[in-house]
Amino acid sequence: MLKIENLHATVGGKEILKGLNLTINDGEIHAIMGPNGAGKSTLSYVICGREGYEVTAGSVFFNGRDLLDMSPDERAGEGIFLGFQYPVEIPGVSNMNFLRTALNSQRHYRGQNDMTAVDFLKLVRAKAKELDMDPEMLKRPVNVGFSGGEKKRNEMVQMAVLDPCLAVLDETDSGLDIDALKIVAKGINRLRNADKSILMITHYQRLLDYVVPDFVHVLADGKIVKTGDRTLALQLEEKGYAGLDIAGNAA
Amino acid sequence: MVAMEEARNAVNEISDKYKYGFVTDIETEKAPKGLNEDVIRFISAKKSEPDWLLDWRLKAYRKWLTMEEPTWAMVDYPEIDFQDIYYYSAPKSAEDGPKSLDEVDPELLETYEKLGISLKEQEVLAGVAVDIVFDSVSVATTFRAKLKEAGIIFCSISEAAHDYPELMQKYMGSVVPVADNFYSALNSAVFTDGTFVYIPKGVRCPMELSTYFRINEAGSGQFERTLIIADEGSYVSYLEGCTAPQRDENQLHAAVVELITHDDAEIKYSTVQNWYPGDRNGLGGIYNFVTKRGACRGKNSKISWTQVETGSAITWKYPSCLLIGDNSVGEFYSVTLTNNYQQADTGTKMIHIGQNTSSTIISKGISAGKSEATYRGLVRVMAGADNARNFTQCDSLLIGDRCGAHTVPYIEARNPTAQVEHEATTSKISDEQLFYCQQRGLSAEDSVAMIVNGFCKDVMQHLPMEFAVEAQKLLGINLEGSVG
Repeated sequence: MLKIENLHATVGGKEILKGLNLTINDGEIHAIMGPNGAGKSTLSYVICGREGYEVTAGSVFFNGRDLLDMSPDERAGEGIFLGFQYPVEIPGVSNMNFLRTALNSQRHYRGQNDMTAVDFLKLVRAKAKELDMDPEMLKRPVNVGFSGGEKKRNEMVQMAVLDPCLAVLDETDSGLDIDALKIVAKGINRLRNADKSILMITHYQRLLDYVVPDFVHVLADGKIVKTGDRTLALQLEEKGYAGLDIAGNAA
Repeated sequence: MVAMEEARNAVNEISDKYKYGFVTDIETEKAPKGLNEDVIRFISAKKSEPDWLLDWRLKAYRKWLTMEEPTWAMVDYPEIDFQDIYYYSAPKSAEDGPKSLDEVDPELLETYEKLGISLKEQEVLAGVAVDIVFDSVSVATTFRAKLKEAGIIFCSISEAAHDYPELMQKYMGSVVPVADNFYSALNSAVFTDGTFVYIPKGVRCPMELSTYFRINEAGSGQFERTLIIADEGSYVSYLEGCTAPQRDENQLHAAVVELITHDDAEIKYSTVQNWYPGDRNGLGGIYNFVTKRGACRGKNSKISWTQVETGSAITWKYPSCLLIGDNSVGEFYSVTLTNNYQQADTGTKMIHIGQNTSSTIISKGISAGKSEATYRGLVRVMAGADNARNFTQCDSLLIGDRCGAHTVPYIEARNPTAQVEHEATTSKISDEQLFYCQQRGLSAEDSVAMIVNGFCKDVMQHLPMEFAVEAQKLLGINLEGSVG
């Protein structure tokens, strides 16, 4: 599904990613952990095409197509979703209107017609219910006045409605209490199937108790320095990054 | 920075390419260029006006000669040569006066169809009565009969001068005196047509009344006059909207709108203004110098102005309310979008005279390109206005770093019981917001439209549904509330 080779990227002239390789196949869940400043968020922004994150070498292919040629909205249309670490507020735009516009934009990209208002309402209400979101929240402006937990829940509802092929979750679990964490985990597990892939970026192995990954990678100093299974995360939790014999590489 | 560039481009897409740039070729009969008493007599004779109206015009003209163009607004433009303007032009086909749409010049109808305002459609579907002003003469009026049943008068101001001289003489110039300002005096001397509405006691107008203005003849001034009177306990919602064909020559527009509400009456006046703003380099575009004022003469009466201003090279406009009757209410909701070299100096005046009067002002300014937008507002509480209340909110949204937004509030409270609140914010569309929207699938253009739409929501929700569509087209925005 996603194939990243020798990826180098700079932000503000500073090289952050320094030859990163990562392959994610259909149906796999990958977790990326790593110390602060290793380039975790940069990786998620580069995959999604954020302005200011400049790729200087390497390639990113998604289902065989070159992602680096595409605008952020085209990548979304291809089926890539980014769960934001800090979801953005959009005053005056209701959640419902935002989601409907987003969904229909993606449908247009894929050559489909608008979803009818009735079908959309059914869909969004069902997804909100699955994730225990109060339907009133759908009428409120996007993320305005939401608590940290509500914002992350909102990200999960958006993900459920947009139903992406690849979800990139940038520290979606950070700063959440245990109930909110469970909601996030529920959102991820509901998306999970043989055709979907998930890339979770996290600081803590806590989330991995609820969403069991197929692979765990350690990102340090702009590269993946170690790959293992779930036990690698437990090992990290116990010994820290220093205990992994990668300290020399870490930023 | 690149994202901001995209945002600017997106705004260009939304507001820059003026899609209504076409010119209708209809033979016109016009007065010679320039302004003198003979031209005024020509206009008056063309309209077979009664003597009192000609006298009124001439007095206004003589007053105007003694006045000077105002220069206090934050707008900059080359001096206007008032002798280089045509003050009267009328489509020839209007001479006989069409009795129905079938008699209207087909080319004219086609023009409106291009604008998406098919009259027939409106008649049948929207239930909106339309009094079209095309180059200064009303050429089609609909639904007159139905309105007449309710006792409502809805006609051109020229007709009103013939048919309802008492009402005209009683009210015209009573809210905006002839000598109120330079442009109101000019308008009073040369106004060529406009709309007259009278809603009798206790009548709730059964439909939204609407006029589409359109400037067409090159170099011809457009001097409209609107007079709306809501008698005791009546209600009317009036829509004014306009688009103009593309020209690279400046065109002067100086309208006067007067509203009067008696006891317990309400007027809701909504405007979507989309006149040609000039090209990307600031060449051409309409000069829009408008005087709009309403007088809440009666107790518990209400006047509400809602405007979406996206067009014109220069906008100079302050729809105002004189809150004379006790408990009367004034409202002003405004969205102003300026781009490229557009300049807008707009706002409102709320004059609290009666007791327990209240006013609300919500102004949203969006500036892009090299444009300058100024909010200028006055809230004045007179000595006798016990317990007057005002709330003002002025928000500015900047797109790019070469535009300007200015807020100039004047507050004068002469009564110690007055409560006056003013809030103002200035913000920019952030890269984070743009990326968030784009990541969810919206194009850069749609993302900006959505963010701008959200920014304007508090004003947009005051527009009647019939107009919401027009506003949506103009801002390139999906309106909130279509779902859920």
